[in-house]
Amino acid sequence: MFRLLSLALTLWLTIPAVAVAQSLQDILQTHNEEVLNPGRQSVSVVLDDLIASGLPQALPFLEAWRDREIVQRSTDGLFFRAAEAGGTITLTDLDTAEVVGTSVSAELTESRPNGGVRRAIGDALVQFQLSDPDISRRQAAVDAIARSMDASQLAPLAASIAAEPDPDLKEVKTRLAGMLGALFAETQEARIAAIEALSGDLSVDVRAVLNTILATSPGVAVSVPEGANIAQVLVVGTDLSATDAYTRLVAAELAPALIPNNAIRDALVANIDGGMVGGLPVASLDTDAARATAYDTLAAAGTVAPRVTAEQQAEAVAAHTFYLQYAEPDPVITDAARFALDAIETKVALSQTVDLGLDALSLASIYFLAAIGLAITFGVMGVINMAHGEFIMMGAYTGFVVQQFVPDYTLSIIIALPLAFAITFGAGVTMERLVIRHLYHRPLETLLATFGISIALQQLAKNIFGTQARPLTSPEWLDGALVFNDVIAISYIRIAIFVLALLFLALILFVLKRTRLGLEVRAVTQNPGMAASMGINPDRINMLTFGLGSGIAGIAGVAIGLYAKVTSEMGADYIVQSFMTVVVGGVGNVWGTLAGASLIGFLQKGIEWLNPSNTLAAQTYMILFIILFIQFRPKGIVALKGRAAAD
Amino acid sequence: MRKTFISQNPSVLWFILALAIFTVVVTILSEVTGIGLISTSFVKTLGKTLCLCLVAIAMDVVWGYCGILSLGHFAFFGIGGYAVGMWLMYARTEGIVIESLAGQPLPPTPQEISDAIGNQIFGVVGSSEFPLIWGFADSLFLQLLMVILVPGLLALVFGWLAFRSRVTGVYLSILTQAMTLALALYLFQNDSGLRGNNGLSGLQNIPGYEDTSQAVISIVFFIASAIALAAGYIFFAWIVSGKMGSVVKGIRDNEARVRFLGYHVESYKLFIFTTTAVVAGIAGALYYPQAGIINPGEIAPIASIYLAVWVAIGGRGRLYGAAIGAAFVSLLSSWFTGGGAPNINLGFYVIQWTDWWLVLLGFSFVAVTLFFPKGIGGLFDLLVRKQQ
Amino acid sequence: MSMLLEVSGVTVTFDGFRAINNLSINFAKTELRAIIGPNGAGKTTFMDIVTGKTKPDEGRVIWGDKNISLLGMSESQIAREGIGRKFQKPTVFEAQTVRQNLAMALKTPRGPFAVLMHKKTKTNAERIEAVAEQIGLTDSLTRVAGELSHGQKQWLEIGMLLAQEPRLMLVDEPAAGMTPEEREKTTDILKEAAKTRAVVVVEHDMEFVRRLDCKVTVLHEGAVLAEGSLDHVTSNQTVIDVYLGRAHA
Repeated sequence: MFRLLSLALTLWLTIPAVAVAQSLQDILQTHNEEVLNPGRQSVSVVLDDLIASGLPQALPFLEAWRDREIVQRSTDGLFFRAAEAGGTITLTDLDTAEVVGTSVSAELTESRPNGGVRRAIGDALVQFQLSDPDISRRQAAVDAIARSMDASQLAPLAASIAAEPDPDLKEVKTRLAGMLGALFAETQEARIAAIEALSGDLSVDVRAVLNTILATSPGVAVSVPEGANIAQVLVVGTDLSATDAYTRLVAAELAPALIPNNAIRDALVANIDGGMVGGLPVASLDTDAARATAYDTLAAAGTVAPRVTAEQQAEAVAAHTFYLQYAEPDPVITDAARFALDAIETKVALSQTVDLGLDALSLASIYFLAAIGLAITFGVMGVINMAHGEFIMMGAYTGFVVQQFVPDYTLSIIIALPLAFAITFGAGVTMERLVIRHLYHRPLETLLATFGISIALQQLAKNIFGTQARPLTSPEWLDGALVFNDVIAISYIRIAIFVLALLFLALILFVLKRTRLGLEVRAVTQNPGMAASMGINPDRINMLTFGLGSGIAGIAGVAIGLYAKVTSEMGADYIVQSFMTVVVGGVGNVWGTLAGASLIGFLQKGIEWLNPSNTLAAQTYMILFIILFIQFRPKGIVALKGRAAAD
Repeated sequence: MRKTFISQNPSVLWFILALAIFTVVVTILSEVTGIGLISTSFVKTLGKTLCLCLVAIAMDVVWGYCGILSLGHFAFFGIGGYAVGMWLMYARTEGIVIESLAGQPLPPTPQEISDAIGNQIFGVVGSSEFPLIWGFADSLFLQLLMVILVPGLLALVFGWLAFRSRVTGVYLSILTQAMTLALALYLFQNDSGLRGNNGLSGLQNIPGYEDTSQAVISIVFFIASAIALAAGYIFFAWIVSGKMGSVVKGIRDNEARVRFLGYHVESYKLFIFTTTAVVAGIAGALYYPQAGIINPGEIAPIASIYLAVWVAIGGRGRLYGAAIGAAFVSLLSSWFTGGGAPNINLGFYVIQWTDWWLVLLGFSFVAVTLFFPKGIGGLFDLLVRKQQ
Repeated sequence: MSMLLEVSGVTVTFDGFRAINNLSINFAKTELRAIIGPNGAGKTTFMDIVTGKTKPDEGRVIWGDKNISLLGMSESQIAREGIGRKFQKPTVFEAQTVRQNLAMALKTPRGPFAVLMHKKTKTNAERIEAVAEQIGLTDSLTRVAGELSHGQKQWLEIGMLLAQEPRLMLVDEPAAGMTPEEREKTTDILKEAAKTRAVVVVEHDMEFVRRLDCKVTVLHEGAVLAEGSLDHVTSNQTVIDVYLGRAHA
């Protein structure tokens, strides 16, 4: 792309040839009058020559000139830089930068550039700074140009590219020159070449440049004006409402203004005469129709301006053409810009889709982490654990507490993950032993009892940690984002959560499919009675399963805490989504949970994308979708088949 | 018929009698008669409690008798409140607007009045347009119809979808919870047309009775709540006592068996689900004018779960149990959280009940589920057995 | 004689496993029939199909004089058509009295509003008492069903079936867990019922089947293996093979 750009640059560049050796003073003397009494027009001659000279001492001179420190000694007509200290004025030679002596104000004439001139000098300075040996000054100059793009900056910027030593800055300059070229290059061919060179770039500023070229202004006339670069002729009714069209006519002073209701009211109020206005008693004017009648009477008498009728409005609108006109007069340029912008926007849309997919993937990972523990307990034991969200919260607070004692964030996360697992595993086992064990075969009561625990745990967390959000800081190496291009980017934290989710998927699959515990768990899931008769202790399995599910919730809590805030209510925020994930995916199946999490993650992002202003609405629609989904697949995406699914 | 119904259900008679005595006593002791032993704000609390008892017995019918642990009945309660609140807010704002426009030189047009009301009501969410759902807000009759129709239709459609696909047990609970969450999230939006987070307010002012004191209004609503509770109690006692009760309890205990007996189980569930939703809506319509304000937070899924907690603590499968549970827990809750309960100083730590009440409630609820599955109502069984 | 129920060419597959394989079986308007077969022969699945719990992949199930198809009807519709079913495990409403259990089963309008407005009548009370008499629970009418003995619960469930006045009774292992005296009484109840309707008994217990003294159908791998009197089928070599295992087949 940059090769293309440089090619484009060569098309219009005429690098000024500078070879004549001369001193700064010589140039100034040549333009004696212009230096002493600079005007907006005349100063450019001086500046052009200074730039053309390529003298390094021109830069400090320009700065001094801008700061009004340049004087002319009347004795010999030479220019100096003056500095006043305690009544004496020190003069400095402009070429050698040596102090040449002192003087008194009587023999000096100051050059006093006005505001416009000083701005012109400033522009010229930027051009000098582009080649400044100090990279930070060059950077600042480039930034200044990018902030306010101007035609005059194109040539000096382009001229400075070849000599730019820093490769990064060189790239930035080339890009900027390309954008300037697209806007301001002198020939049509040069601009089109520059525009075409931009078409691979997805960045916001390139799109802004192209949009600047394509900027339109609305216009209205009896017929489309000759020679104007028209973007679109608007059809009233489809592109433009009749009301808006008339408003434009009024704005263009092609039609009389409408009289709004409150103006009618004010006019009537102003003309009340003895309880009557426009021939009607005031008390009867409680409808718009009555007021209109009264107003029309006033208008007929010439007291007020007549109302514009609907027919008149329609007539006026029909008699005119409404269009959008490009500010850029050359249609070839606008066509090229349109083409380039369309190409860019296609790519941007594509990238946005990929980006949305990545977002959805990370959301799905979070739901998966939050729900998998629930899926295990629900699937294996048929137990709904309403306190699952609070286990997530406990995990997150564990991470927070660990960070209070271990200041190293990397180490603290490494400690927090197993610790959170241990704590929530313990909490889960305790809860199973004390409460849930007594409520098997009464699933609705389990739901309520665990809900009681959920209220209590939530309030306990509030009492201990307070209501404000606590931070769980991620290690530095998780800061920042993996950037693919100007649109696609994904933060490392989300990648980490994704990786964690994958790890857990693998781990759980391994535990369930490859270990003795997994075998026993599956046996208990499919047929508890048979499993018990084969010497498997369902009590132990239930306890371990519940502990495992809760422990995973704890780890999910640490992960969620890293990217969201840790509050006592964070569990409640995830519990309904987790249930949805399990139910949509299909109970008792790891793949089902994965499918459920993916569906919900992608769906939520998809709906948010369709309706970006409103996440609440997105969630509402998503839940409605899930309710409908359950209608058609009551057993979830991955349903157990055969007799096992019968009840 | 009447006689046999009462003789078969002696608890109905006792309940109505107790409620009547309670209503009379509260009325006499209120500020209306000049005695003023019971403050107006406490009358309101008691009136609200009666409404909660009504929604609790509806919950008991759907859960305790029919076995559907609905986590959506408090949402129906809220919808009832919103429906009546819309009229209250509209009519009161209309009165204020007309009064303020009366000073103008020209009499206001209907459009001007409507614009001004819109500005007053929706200015807080940056709008002044009347949303479509406020189309009936100017009519008390239609809005009262909405109290019945909206919860009823929502329950009918949702129930039809859910029961048709044979979603049962915890799945159904979660689905109803999802419905509640969707509704709450919808109402939280500013463009929901119901003032988003702000909800509806000023509902304690009854249009047309601006000059009546709150003491009188509170007693009127209190008595109305008591009548509604009594009527609801008799209605549900009638439903669950006859053959309908047999079928409904049969569905709770063994749905498949009822189906193979030739009953269309889904219709029965739908009937119970919808009827109780309508009663919940009515209870809400009586509750919120006493509360004065309604906002989406009231509808959040947690409220419906608390409803289930009340019923469980009071005792499922008996209507008076549900009413007692609702009254007991909600009054206790306002006593603890309102700072009524004395703090306990342990020397090293002071237990402040405003902070610890929910912990206590949570764990005692677990204890009730584990050790007293019949709840407070179970105590009556013990008493009756002892007498025998 | 036209048939009460004609099942023809029915096949059901669960996850690739053929629970019912091209099964055809007919029942007359009044008869007592025993269905036997080893575990997994498809006995329960057959009942599930007839009562509408399971939808077959192919085949026809034709019912009654008007030859209507039962496929596509819901369980409750089929029950109202006159097919009653007793489950393997006794399922009565344990929280309700024997009278309430029977009243619920009694053949009366089944719609919610009819039930809501239902009034107790003398005729209905008499019908309940008649059924109670038949199943020997007259003295237990006011007792809560949960308090009954296992055998009494089985009878109550059969009684509920009778109260439904079905034209076809499907009875799954009625004698399971009963004492010999109780079995005898159960046999009498079923034989009596079969005089006015079709009664199909699924049973494991050969002794009980012999007592029923009726036509026997042997199911195996989801199809009819043999049909006839008990002596006839038990002398059939393939039946013996199936019951003794197919080691030498």
